[in-house]
Amino acid sequence: MVDFWLLLLALASYGAATLVWLGYVWRQQDAWHRAGSWAVTFGWLCHTLALLLETVAQGFFPVGSFGAALSLFSWALITTFLILTWRYPVKVLGAMAPPLAALLLSGSLILPRPPEIAPILQSFWLSFHIVAALLGNATFALAFLGGILYLVQERQIKNKKFGFFYKRLPSLETLDALNYYCINIGFVLLTLGIISGSLYAQYTLGTFWQWDPKETMTLVAWLLYAGLLHERLAKGWRGRRAALLAIAGFAVLMVTFVGADFWHRSYHRFDTFGRLP
Amino acid sequence: MTLVLIGLNHKTAPVALREKLATLAPEPAAVYQHLRALKAVREALLYATCNRVEILFASPDPETAIPQVRQLLLAQGDEEDAQAIQQALYVYQEGEAVSHLFQVACGLDSMVMGEPQVLGQIKAAYRQGTEQQATGPLLNRLLHKTFSVAKKVRSETGIGGLAVSVSYAAVELARKIFGSLTDKTGLLIGAGEMAELAVEHLKRHGVARLIVANRTVARGLELAGRFGGEAVSLAELPEQLLRADIVISSTGAPEIILTKDQLKGVMRRRKQRPLFLIDIAVPRDLDPAINDLDNVYLYNIDDLQGVIQANLNHRQEEAVKARRIIDVETQKFLQWRETLAVTPTIIALREKAAQICQTELKKTLAQLGPLSPEQQKSVEVLAESIALKLLHDPFLYLKRNHHPKRRSQDIDLTRRLFNLDQDRNEELH
Repeated sequence: MVDFWLLLLALASYGAATLVWLGYVWRQQDAWHRAGSWAVTFGWLCHTLALLLETVAQGFFPVGSFGAALSLFSWALITTFLILTWRYPVKVLGAMAPPLAALLLSGSLILPRPPEIAPILQSFWLSFHIVAALLGNATFALAFLGGILYLVQERQIKNKKFGFFYKRLPSLETLDALNYYCINIGFVLLTLGIISGSLYAQYTLGTFWQWDPKETMTLVAWLLYAGLLHERLAKGWRGRRAALLAIAGFAVLMVTFVGADFWHRSYHRFDTFGRLP
Repeated sequence: MTLVLIGLNHKTAPVALREKLATLAPEPAAVYQHLRALKAVREALLYATCNRVEILFASPDPETAIPQVRQLLLAQGDEEDAQAIQQALYVYQEGEAVSHLFQVACGLDSMVMGEPQVLGQIKAAYRQGTEQQATGPLLNRLLHKTFSVAKKVRSETGIGGLAVSVSYAAVELARKIFGSLTDKTGLLIGAGEMAELAVEHLKRHGVARLIVANRTVARGLELAGRFGGEAVSLAELPEQLLRADIVISSTGAPEIILTKDQLKGVMRRRKQRPLFLIDIAVPRDLDPAINDLDNVYLYNIDDLQGVIQANLNHRQEEAVKARRIIDVETQKFLQWRETLAVTPTIIALREKAAQICQTELKKTLAQLGPLSPEQQKSVEVLAESIALKLLHDPFLYLKRNHHPKRRSQDIDLTRRLFNLDQDRNEELH
C-alpha cells in the first residue's frame, strides 16, 4: 500500500514538474527551471523508493507485468533525464520528458497487476535484461524528443521564419550533440539488453533467438541505430537526418514495446510469459 | 516638494534644435551653477542624449521654478529659436515626470525601441550631477529607483532582446546554429565595409580564427592584420571553405561566385559540419539554391533585414509589458514619497515637546529656589523623560507601515491633535 502512495506522489511530482517547466518555457526564468529540477528529483526519489519496497515485498524485481514495465520505463526515463540534465542541460526537455514519464506512470497505475508472477520472471538476469532494455529505450526517448526539437528549430532557421520557439530552443549544435550522446549510450544499453535476454533465453528456453515479433522489431531498431552511428562517423550524417532517424528508431521501439503485448504469437507478452515452451 | 521634468526630444524638436540645447551638456558645471542659484530649485539633474535634453528638478514652489528653468533653456538659442524651443518643450510633474524618466531610462522613449545606450548616458549624467552636488535625497532615491526599474524591465521583458542591427542579427543567428562561437572559424570573402562591421561583431563574440579571402591580397592582408586573421587569395576559396564555419561574402563580383553544386562537394568533404553563409553583396555572391542543402544556412541582406524588422515588432509588443512595470513602479515611488512626510511630523512633535519642557522648567525652577546643579539636572531629566515616554507610542504608531492612504490620514490627524501647523509661540501658553 505504501508503495502505491509513493507512486502517486511521484506521479504528482512529475505532473507538477511539467507545469513548472512549461512555465519556464513561457517565462524563460531560471528559477522555474530549478524548481522543476527539484520537483522531478523528489518524484524520482519517491519512485525509486516505491520500486525498492516492491522488490523487498515480493522478493524479486517488479518487472513481471505490462503495468510494472510501464512504471519501470517511466522510472528509467526520469533517471536518464536527470543524468542528462546534469551532463547536457537542454532545459526545454523538462517540459517534455516529465509529462511522458507521468503518462507512462499513470498507465502503470491504471493497469491491473496480476496476483501471481510466473517463476521464470523472478530471476535476476531477466530483471537485468528488462532494466537494460528499458534504460536504452528511455535514452532513445530523449534522443527522440531532442530530434523533434531539432526539426522545429532547424525549420525556423532554414525558412527564416522565427516563431515562439526560436528564442526558447537551444542552438542546433547543442541539439545535435544531444542526439549523438543519447544514441551512443542508448545503443550500448540496448545491446546489453539484447545480449542478456538472449543468454537468458538460451539458459531457460534452450535457444538464443527465436524470431519472436518483439525480437525481430528490436533488431530492426538496433540496425537502424547502428546504421546511424556508423554513417555519422563515416559520412557525417548529422543534423536533420540524424534527428529523423532518431525519431524513426524510437517509433519502431515503441511499436515493439507496446505492440508486442497485444501480439498473440509473441512469447514476450508479459501476461502469458510463464506459460511458454 | 514637487518633482518637475522639462525638456524636449526627437518627437517634439528637429535635430538642429536639439543640437543647440545639447551644448548645455558639455558645460554642466555652468548649468548647475545657474540652477543652484535659483531659490525655487532644491535638487536638479540635467541629462542630454542624442535624442533629448531634459532637466529634472525638485522644487517647493513649482509655479516660480518652472518659468525660471524654461528661461534657462530658451536662452540657448536666439529669438527665433526661442520661439521654436518654447513650442517643443514639455513639462511633466510628479507622477508623469517619474514615469517619463523611467521610460527614457528603459529605452521606451528612444528612436530604436529598447536601445540600451540611453541608460548609460543617464548614469553618466547622474554621476556628473552628484559631483556637482546638485542632487539631493529625493533625486538620489529617484535615480536609484530608475536604474533598478530599467534592470527589471530588461530582465522581465524582451524589450532589449533580439538584435536590431544587421551585423548583430548575423551573430545571433550564428549562435542559434553553433551555440558557442569560441571554436569556430570565420571566413570573409571580399573586404567591404559591411563585412568589416560583421567581422568586428564576430570577433567580439569570440570567434577563434578569421580568414580573409580577397581579390587583391594587399587589402586582404590589411584587414586580416587588423583583426588578427590570415589572408588568402580568392582562388583558394574551395579549400578554405573546408575550414570555415561562418562565411560572410561581400565581393563586388557581378555574378555568383559559389554555386550549389560546388558547395555540395564541399559539404561532403566537410562531413556535413554545419555551415552558415551570409551574403551581404548586391548583386548576390552566393547561389540562393544553396539554402536547400542539408546543414547549410544561407542568409542574404534582405533576410537579415527581415529578421531585424521582426525583432523590432517584437520589441514593440514587449514595450506594452514594460509600460505596465513602469506604471507599477511609478506608483511605488509616489507611495514612498508620502512616507517622507512621517519624518517631519515626528521631528515637529519632538521639537514641540522639547519646547514645552524648556518653558515649564523655567517656570518651575524659578519657584523651587536655589538647587544644587545635580538636583537641577534631575528635574530637567524628569521633565524630558516624561515628555518623550508619552510620545514614544505615537512615534511607533506613525512609523508603522500603514496603507499609504491611511498613513496620510494618520499624519493629518496627528498634526491636528498636537496642533503642529499653528504658530507655536501662540499655542504654547
